[in-house]
Amino acid sequence: MIRYFDTKGKPWLVWVGFALLGLSLALLPFALAQIGTTWVRITNYAILYVMLALGLNIVVGFAGLLDLGYIAFYAVGAYVYALLASPQFGLHLPFWVILPLGAAVAAFFGVILGAPTLKLRGDYLAIVTLGFGEIIRIFLNNLSQPVNITNGPRGITGIDPFALPGLRFTTAIEYYYLLLVVALLIIVVNLRLQNSRIGRAWEAIREDEIAARAMGIDTRNLKLLAFAMGASFGGVAGGMFSAIQAFISPESFVLVESIMVVSMVVLGGMGNIWGVILGALLLSFVPEILRWTVTPLQEALFGRMLIEPEVIRMLLFGLALVLVMLYRPAGLLPSAVRKRELEEHVA
Amino acid sequence: MDTFLQQLVNGLTAGSVYAVVALGYTMVYGIIQLINFAHGEVVMIGAMVAFSVINLLVPTGLPALAIVLIGAGCAVPLCMLVGYGMERLAYRPLRHAPRLAPLITAIGVSIILQHLALMIWSRNVLAFPQIIPSRTYFIGGAAITTVQIAILAICLMLMASLAILVYRTPLGTAMRATAQNAQVAGLMGIDINRVIAVTFIIGAGLGAVAGVLFGTYYGLAQYTMGSVLGLKAFSAAVLGGIGNIPGAMLGGILLGLVEALGAGYIGDFTDLCVWGLPLEACEGGGHFILMGSNYQDVFAFIVLILVLVFRPQGLLGERVGDRA
Repeated sequence: MIRYFDTKGKPWLVWVGFALLGLSLALLPFALAQIGTTWVRITNYAILYVMLALGLNIVVGFAGLLDLGYIAFYAVGAYVYALLASPQFGLHLPFWVILPLGAAVAAFFGVILGAPTLKLRGDYLAIVTLGFGEIIRIFLNNLSQPVNITNGPRGITGIDPFALPGLRFTTAIEYYYLLLVVALLIIVVNLRLQNSRIGRAWEAIREDEIAARAMGIDTRNLKLLAFAMGASFGGVAGGMFSAIQAFISPESFVLVESIMVVSMVVLGGMGNIWGVILGALLLSFVPEILRWTVTPLQEALFGRMLIEPEVIRMLLFGLALVLVMLYRPAGLLPSAVRKRELEEHVA
Repeated sequence: MDTFLQQLVNGLTAGSVYAVVALGYTMVYGIIQLINFAHGEVVMIGAMVAFSVINLLVPTGLPALAIVLIGAGCAVPLCMLVGYGMERLAYRPLRHAPRLAPLITAIGVSIILQHLALMIWSRNVLAFPQIIPSRTYFIGGAAITTVQIAILAICLMLMASLAILVYRTPLGTAMRATAQNAQVAGLMGIDINRVIAVTFIIGAGLGAVAGVLFGTYYGLAQYTMGSVLGLKAFSAAVLGGIGNIPGAMLGGILLGLVEALGAGYIGDFTDLCVWGLPLEACEGGGHFILMGSNYQDVFAFIVLILVLVFRPQGLLGERVGDRA
């Protein structure tokens, strides 16, 4: 791990930093619970978004393919879990069977989407993925007839929580630790990927596809791999979402969600893992903080609520996307390569 | 046969509206190779503004046609302003940035416009006032209303005038020159920035009219209507060959037809009983329909994906380089 940090000859500092970070992450839910259990739940969703953003970062940040339908993979993962662990079909498989299965099914969908479309130019690909996201949602909404599979817009209820022998995950704090472990795992996988042979090949494709192909990189398969891996992380996050919520419906997988995840990646800094995590946390927490401050503020100023916090949240997303692209195109915490690339073109 | 003719009429009407919206995408793409993601929202704002104005004017007792015309008359300049504004603020500064950058700002602009509309017009589905007295005519078993005829006529007129503008006027020549090679066009004395701005303005104006027509036809308007409509129109533009003006017209009409005929027949095609499968549900003339007309919205996307996979340059487009 150490080589990922600039230690200036003092490697022990890193370990002290890790210890402090680990301790604060471990104690965080108890501190949050003092303010209210809601905040633990909000943190849990934030961690889910971190996973999603990291998954999308593989596609957008590493390989440079803009995917606007990423939430479809999240939906696939969520529905795989929901169908195999709920009264819907009377199946109750354990989570350690379903999660890998969900990841595999999501990856399969990633390949199905990618195989015909990956030769398209970047902006076409964006639109096709967007269309794919909508198709998945339309199917989820309508697959209640003639055979009831997804229960249509009413969604699936009574989804099992995660359980190990002698341990059932029910409270928000328990899920926090579970999510944290999975998220850390995903972060490690991402860090290892970035500097691997595959990661460097993705970077080469992103920078100049023709040159990459000339260097002997199998661009098609590597792009497919990026799609599949990104999708599988989305699938895992979706399965966990299902279990935490105990209820899912197609409502949760709308276009806006895809765009939100894209915003997180773009805002934080495409291609930089820490930047993406920062972006995901910012865009998950800031709207919640707004929710708690904007309503009282408006009521104090105008006597009633003029603008819903939800609307303000979306307006901020939109503004963030525009402003980041105009003034800091590489994101808040840019990856070194990406920054050079984007600024070179602007100049 | 009746279903076929009827769906043909419906498809032509919807398709001509798609075509007008698709023109906005294709013109902008032709000139600066940008998918103006927010174009659908411009259409939505056109419909919304017209909705407000028409509602305001209905009690005055003016003739119905005048009210609709005033409504459109307010929507068009406002949308043109929105179109100009977004080109100026969000796209122009990024004209030389990598392609991903303006695409992302376009998504941002689209979110902003959508939620501004939500603030102004609420999140409800608004019932567009149906004030134009509608008569129904029958042609060989298919019903066609006056509104449908009017929409077809208006769309054809708009497309014809745009064709004249682009192929027969100095401004159109400037636009085509800029599309071919912006740098050289600039050296020849064409004010590129002006031409691009005008393209956005014309596209937005067309979009506004399409929004009004769409609202009048379906009788509904909502702040989210822009994204699906925009996506379909974009598919239409791609189908015809993006950047190609006659292509957008053809693509729009074809997409409308595919969608209407698809929705009309998909139930029959996916009825397993028609295919002769020995299912319990089929006994006594029953049906086992896999996919009904509620899948209508899927067709546009499927067309889009098929076109991009098998003929990425579209029906009328020329082959362009693959590099992003």
